[in-house]
Amino acid sequence: MSGTTHGHADAPHQAVFTGRVLARLEALFPQYPTKQACLLPALWMVQEERGWISEPAMAEVAEVLGLTPAYVKGVVTFYTMYHTHPVGRHFIQVCTTSPCNLCGAEAVMEALLRETGCGELGATSPDGRFTVSEVECLGACGFATPIMINDDFIESVTPERVAGILQGYK
Amino acid sequence: MGYPHPAHPKETPVLSKHFGDAGARTFDGWVQRGGYAALRKALGMTPDAIIEEVKGSGLRGRGGAGFPTGLKWSFMPKGDGKPHYLVCNADESEPGTFKDREIMRWTPHQLIEGCAIAAYAIGAERCYIYIRGEFTEPLRVMTAAVAEAYAKGALGADVFGSGKRIDIVLHRGAGAYICGEETAMMNSIEGRRGNPRIKPPFPAQAGLFALPTTINNVETLASVSHILNRGAEWYKGLCLSNPKSTGTKLISVCGHVQRPGNYEVTMGTPMKDLIFDMCGGMKPGRTLKAVIPGGSSVPIMTAAETEDCLLDYEGVVARGSMLGSAGMIVMDDSTDMVYQIWRLARFYAHESCAQCTQCREGTAWTTKILERILAGKGKASDLDLLLSLSENMTGKTICVLSDSCAAPIVSGIAKFRSEFDAYLSGARQPALAMA
Ligand SMILES: Cc1cc2nc3c(=O)[nH]c(=O)nc-3n(C[C@H](O)[C@H](O)[C@H](O)COP(=O)(O)O)c2cc1C
Ligand code: SF4
Ligand code: FES
Repeated sequence: MSGTTHGHADAPHQAVFTGRVLARLEALFPQYPTKQACLLPALWMVQEERGWISEPAMAEVAEVLGLTPAYVKGVVTFYTMYHTHPVGRHFIQVCTTSPCNLCGAEAVMEALLRETGCGELGATSPDGRFTVSEVECLGACGFATPIMINDDFIESVTPERVAGILQGYK
Repeated sequence: MGYPHPAHPKETPVLSKHFGDAGARTFDGWVQRGGYAALRKALGMTPDAIIEEVKGSGLRGRGGAGFPTGLKWSFMPKGDGKPHYLVCNADESEPGTFKDREIMRWTPHQLIEGCAIAAYAIGAERCYIYIRGEFTEPLRVMTAAVAEAYAKGALGADVFGSGKRIDIVLHRGAGAYICGEETAMMNSIEGRRGNPRIKPPFPAQAGLFALPTTINNVETLASVSHILNRGAEWYKGLCLSNPKSTGTKLISVCGHVQRPGNYEVTMGTPMKDLIFDMCGGMKPGRTLKAVIPGGSSVPIMTAAETEDCLLDYEGVVARGSMLGSAGMIVMDDSTDMVYQIWRLARFYAHESCAQCTQCREGTAWTTKILERILAGKGKASDLDLLLSLSENMTGKTICVLSDSCAAPIVSGIAKFRSEFDAYLSGARQPALAMA
């Protein structure tokens, strides 16, 4: 799967919920008794379209669902998968929780930091291609070490496999 | 079966029979394998009769707490005229646990059928399946299967011509372990922060959208069609030890075994058979040191305690721990227990929703103290401090995340104290640079 659209922190906000995206959101309304319940799905749509969720985007979501911007921000910041600032074209998450740690996850994390050029967790590589982040248990502990690159779930990653895997993400 | 490994003769594959068989993913493929007969049968029964059958089977919740499923369903009010909801817990985030993922990836219709039967039994027209945000592949498979189930009449306004309406909505989480706790999950579906709620009221009275709600784990619901097809007596007969633990259980095994994977065993199977026969034991030259049997939230067992332990709810309690979600983390003699306990504490500190003081402060401080010990800067009084913090974190908070952080710390200090002492005395080199 390709990377998410890359947004810049200082670009003016262009409405997300128009046309096709608005139609997708409105199709969800009958599935829930309140509009507020569409908040998580709406935030996913913003992130799919823009790669991250800016404050103006939060305000737009609030407007569409009849909530306040502060409320939306409170929810966004609770969940670790929503990005509140731009990330690299390919967002990499590596599990380092105990079961994976027992099976060598730290070496996989180090290989990822090295091979992507990110250097440290949370930083974006100078070419804007990657951001690497640690994640808690990905629910695939028997396939240590799992990583996620954008929406791709990759099992049984070893330090030796890292360079080859990254080649698939330009 | 222990996918990706072929079924072992000591397994009893019921739920996992079709793991690895992509043909089972489609509606027609599932019907060819006997699927949807149970839903058709259920629609011809009264809701009460279904609940009685599930009660009779002895099925207990597979999400961790082991609460009897039929009894839980019977708490739902009858004839109240209000909408009811079923929530399927597919958040699977407990370190060590990875079974629900395989159920959804390989047998999505097994789950859809179970949800439909349960929804009908509790008087719900709608079921929300809450799938953790990282489960992109299970979500894709489930999305396709739900669409197919609607197209074939297994879901919708008139399920298989019965006049009954059953809808399934897939709801994607966004990264937060705590949303696996049932009331946090309800808040999350409602579009709120995933903070657990104070109980009572219990979900059967005021749950999702303040309406009567039942919440069950994926594996629990996936078991239901088999019980209706083959009968409560058959299910009850799947029992090698305590009659309070019946059926089969998917055990996720990870860590230092030769063949990690999901193994489906009859309740009461010896833990030793699982670790040494099914999973092939430790790597060459290594010996078993410790097991965390129920997902990371339960007390650690020593190798000696696993010797004669039977895998069922009572059997694991009798050896000082809990079956929990049956995510078994196996550790060999190369393991640094202090380091692993610190890593678990760090997990809970990261995942605390922070609304209870004991949990917010306790998970953070225990993590810091363990870090200091690992950095060779621990104080003689640190173990007592860890134990007193743990005491304050147990039984005093809105949910049990706080207790879960304390469990490996307390059991770890009790059972592997010499490893802590080695760091404190300087006999062991620091494992962490900072503190
Ligand atoms: C912190 C915490 C996390 C939990 N995570 C999960 C989970 O990921 N999946 C799950 O099924 N149950 C989880 N539970 C248990 C649920 O609250 C609930 O008991 C369960 O979904 C009920 O279903 P069952 O009766 O079928 O087991 C968790 C509980 C707590 C306290
Ligand atoms: S115990 Fe921890 S996770 Fe549970 S409600 Fe309290 S603060 Fe939140
Ligand atoms: S600990 Fe890494 S996937 Fe569970």
